[in-house]
Amino acid sequence: MSWIKGLLFGIVGFVIGSGLMLLVGQRRASEPMVTVGYIFFLVAWLLGVGVWDHWARGWFGLENKPTPTFKSHGVARYFAFSTDHKVIGVQYLVTFVALLLLAGALAMVIRLQLLQPTGILDPQTYNTVMSMHGIIMIAVAVAAVIGSLGNYFVPLLIGAEDMAFPRLNALSYWLVPPVAILLVVGSLLPGGFTSGWRVYPPLAERGGISMLLFLIAFLTFGLSSIIGGLNFIVTIIRMRAPGMTWGRLPIFVWSIFCASLLSLIFTQFVATALLMELLDRVVGMAFFAPDQGGGAILYQHIFWFYSHPAVYVMIIPGFGLLMEIVAHFSRKPLFGYKYAVGALLGIVGLSGIVWAHHMFTSGMQDFLTAPFMLSTELISIPTGLVFLVTLGTIWQGKLRLTTPMLFALGFLFNFTIGGLTGIFNADAPTDLQLHNTYWIVGHFHYTIMGGEIFAFLAGIYYWFPKITGRLYSERLGKLHFGIMFVAFNLLYAPMMIAGLYGMNRHVATYPPELNGINMFISIAGFVLGSSFLVFIYNMATALRRGAVAAANPWQLRTLEWQTSSPPPEHNFSYAVRVNGHPYDYGVDDSTHVAPATGAPMPAAAPAAE
Amino acid sequence: MTVAATTLKYQIVNRRLGLWLFMVSESMIFLALLASRFYMQGTNRPAEVNQTLGLIITSILLLSSFTANRAEVAIAHGDRSSFLRLLLTTIGLGLVFLAGVVTIEWPEALHFAPPSTGYGTAFFALTGMHAFHVLTGVFILALAFLKGRRGGYTVDDHWGAEASIVYWHFVDVIWVFVYPTLYLVGS
Repeated sequence: MSWIKGLLFGIVGFVIGSGLMLLVGQRRASEPMVTVGYIFFLVAWLLGVGVWDHWARGWFGLENKPTPTFKSHGVARYFAFSTDHKVIGVQYLVTFVALLLLAGALAMVIRLQLLQPTGILDPQTYNTVMSMHGIIMIAVAVAAVIGSLGNYFVPLLIGAEDMAFPRLNALSYWLVPPVAILLVVGSLLPGGFTSGWRVYPPLAERGGISMLLFLIAFLTFGLSSIIGGLNFIVTIIRMRAPGMTWGRLPIFVWSIFCASLLSLIFTQFVATALLMELLDRVVGMAFFAPDQGGGAILYQHIFWFYSHPAVYVMIIPGFGLLMEIVAHFSRKPLFGYKYAVGALLGIVGLSGIVWAHHMFTSGMQDFLTAPFMLSTELISIPTGLVFLVTLGTIWQGKLRLTTPMLFALGFLFNFTIGGLTGIFNADAPTDLQLHNTYWIVGHFHYTIMGGEIFAFLAGIYYWFPKITGRLYSERLGKLHFGIMFVAFNLLYAPMMIAGLYGMNRHVATYPPELNGINMFISIAGFVLGSSFLVFIYNMATALRRGAVAAANPWQLRTLEWQTSSPPPEHNFSYAVRVNGHPYDYGVDDSTHVAPATGAPMPAAAPAAE
Repeated sequence: MTVAATTLKYQIVNRRLGLWLFMVSESMIFLALLASRFYMQGTNRPAEVNQTLGLIITSILLLSSFTANRAEVAIAHGDRSSFLRLLLTTIGLGLVFLAGVVTIEWPEALHFAPPSTGYGTAFFALTGMHAFHVLTGVFILALAFLKGRRGGYTVDDHWGAEASIVYWHFVDVIWVFVYPTLYLVGS
């Protein structure tokens, strides 16, 4: 088992690395010792998992065994090192759904704390819970859609056998478990996480060793994100099937392409910001110490230079899923395809020049306020285009209100509210009042949770039959949507109202006057959390005894439905040739995939064991 | 995907694209550090910065880019012995550069600009991050040298050599930005 071998190797690596630092005279459990120990751990973990095998053998001239795409079959292959994009996609999917549920449980703890003005946890523990919820959800939001659905479906949608760099793909997944381990270990250490997920100095630089673990976990995750982005860009540019021109690319693929561009370029900035904090901590540099010649707000500039584009890394794949699903289930061509692509690229272009709108209250130079206010509001133009495209597609369509379609429509509703409330954050005069309140929390969750997580769930329901070869219960799916959608709006709309009444964010206790509304928010939160029980139950029963799914249960046009469910090892049993647009439903004589010339389509594969 | 997509020639183009994207991404680290230098210190520069040494190591690094390029041309023409000789020269020049920075420049700088000061932070972070890239570059060039000595490269398939040399040029180009920022700007 890759996991166990990797952990064993990793522990040995940590002992070697930290032992070396002890030899050169570092104290036990000092920061240099832990840092170097971790670097050795990471390399050894990957060695144990088997990521280096192929490359290292080539470098050192050893004979290279042909690597099988997966070492074992059945469920076991999902726990082993594999270069098959479908296996990696499922690995990502399961890992990140688990992380989503973990961070969701932490959110329940937060709401339990805020049920009463004084709460049940001490502030230190509350901060740790809040920081853990924040960072895990950020990781989920950044990687869940791209890593799982992107990995599984981008090669299928473009008619490729696999990603351009299958081993790099595996590497980007196997970097994730150490992140989870570090975060869990760090949160249990005395001191915990004090600074929230943004790890602002000086708090993050002065916290205990647990903050160090937080920083290196975040850095490792950034590495995984960059590698993943690079791989997607090369795959989409180079691996498209004949006839799959840029103008015929499914919109979800376009959205992954745009998000990958962002993670490739901008993730390095957060990595550098965290590295600077590490250098300040471990080596004693002065990046963020103004009294020694550093810059106090420098961290925020570099951090938000990544972290604002990061919200587009989160939401652009959401937009892609939204338009993809809406087009298929409205049975209509995507309205204004070119405008949709232009809008996504426009968001990419603008995303790098808006970061300081997170810093209106930070004390940065005043002359920066107006330009960043303007550039931020410019972004509503491409975002608005995405909405026009979606509405134009729905207009006069033959809507099929399946579960994925419902989640997509829920996204549309939620994100409209999230977008409109964002205007008040972009305008400096109102933002000065709203900045440190639950208004921001409500707004953010409306966009990312109501947007991306709804899209993620839509995507899971949409492709569940393809991934597993089984059908889930539509009734339970709709029940999940119903509870979640209602509870979601009862949760976050009052949060914004509480913010207007002066409920500060990042607080463990609050004035008793705000008790009523907080209690309401908490109860709605618990209902929202419980809706996921329906989701888990539905998925678990469908996996065990759901009806066997046909290759194309919804009669859709895109390529992933033109192969068996689940797809065979190299995705297609015939040579794929694309000869038309993916969304031309109801257009006479239009096909997306040319009739197979080679071997015939396989019958539905036997369901996964 | 057609048969063409699995041929070596096609895959090398994939890898080349991947390498260039990687370098675009890596330059962002330096962009952030260079910007931080100006954010923290403006164009302030201590008078003690060793100009002679800076000029010498810069020349050495640029020279190594030239030998690296000649090595690549040599292997592309199947001239293995020249390739190995030039690659070894490149590695040697890289090591001289590294020694200049780490064993001469750093101890000096520790006196007039320790890492706990503004300029020192920028200086050590930038030269350190660059030295780390030089070190990895030397390591990769050494791997290419070993593989070349075994006869692992042909005229059609010398991707490993090409990649290590392109990466080496990248490391040099980064220094072209780091050098003026730390040694020449301001007064």
